[in-house]
Amino acid sequence: MFFAISTIAIAGGIGTVITPNVVYAALFLLLSLLAVAGIYILIFSPFLALVQILIYGGAVIVVVLFALMLTRQSGEAGNLDSRQKPIAFVAGSGMLAVLIATVLKNSWPDPVDRQVVGLTELGSELFTRWAVPFELASLLLLVALIGAIVLARPSDKRPGDNS
Amino acid sequence: MIGLEHILVVSSILFSLGVFGVLARRNAIMILLALELMLNAVNINLIAFAVYLDPDLIVGIIFAIFVTTVAAAEVGLAMAFILRLYRSRSSVNVDEVNLMRW
Repeated sequence: MFFAISTIAIAGGIGTVITPNVVYAALFLLLSLLAVAGIYILIFSPFLALVQILIYGGAVIVVVLFALMLTRQSGEAGNLDSRQKPIAFVAGSGMLAVLIATVLKNSWPDPVDRQVVGLTELGSELFTRWAVPFELASLLLLVALIGAIVLARPSDKRPGDNS
Repeated sequence: MIGLEHILVVSSILFSLGVFGVLARRNAIMILLALELMLNAVNINLIAFAVYLDPDLIVGIIFAIFVTTVAAAEVGLAMAFILRLYRSRSSVNVDEVNLMRW
């Protein structure tokens, strides 16, 4: 089960980074994120899987698709890959080699059987011990919201004006 | 039950794909998608370490929730930024944005 889901997640990830079509890339990313939600369920965090599907599947991908539709490009400008792709490949494989070597070199604790954390427990913990970070997160969302509105609002200048 | 190293290998692969994507793409939205991939790999790691090493599991979940929150805020802000860029340059390719390059 885990291997099937991981294969889907990795296939989605590969699709995201190599496909030449922007919309396919967003949908591949959605596939990968949903498979990651499956991994969360397998490692005893169903609440996080729910959050993942809601936020990524429901919000992030929709926002990305909207942005893709609003910023269509064609011809040479529509080419998604930069000239440094070979260097990027070397950097990515190097990163992968280092990470995998580190994982395989160390010995990890044995698998344990866990209880799923209840929503009640999670909620009370979030509002007592983690209340300040929680409020900071809501403040961050508010600031991001206002910032997005201010940035995306059309200016009074005529379109095509570069400043 | 899955071994911790399997989860870590999967998240390593996802993270490296994200690194490759960020460096290889020049469309700003594609860079953002690859960034999401990296954030997710980090999230998997947080949960996996919480499940295997932390007796009460809750800290990892809460950290992952905060990472997800920040990712959502980041996407919203970045999309506004990209729209702004597209409006002023008719392009979202990061190699054509040289206003702050000296």
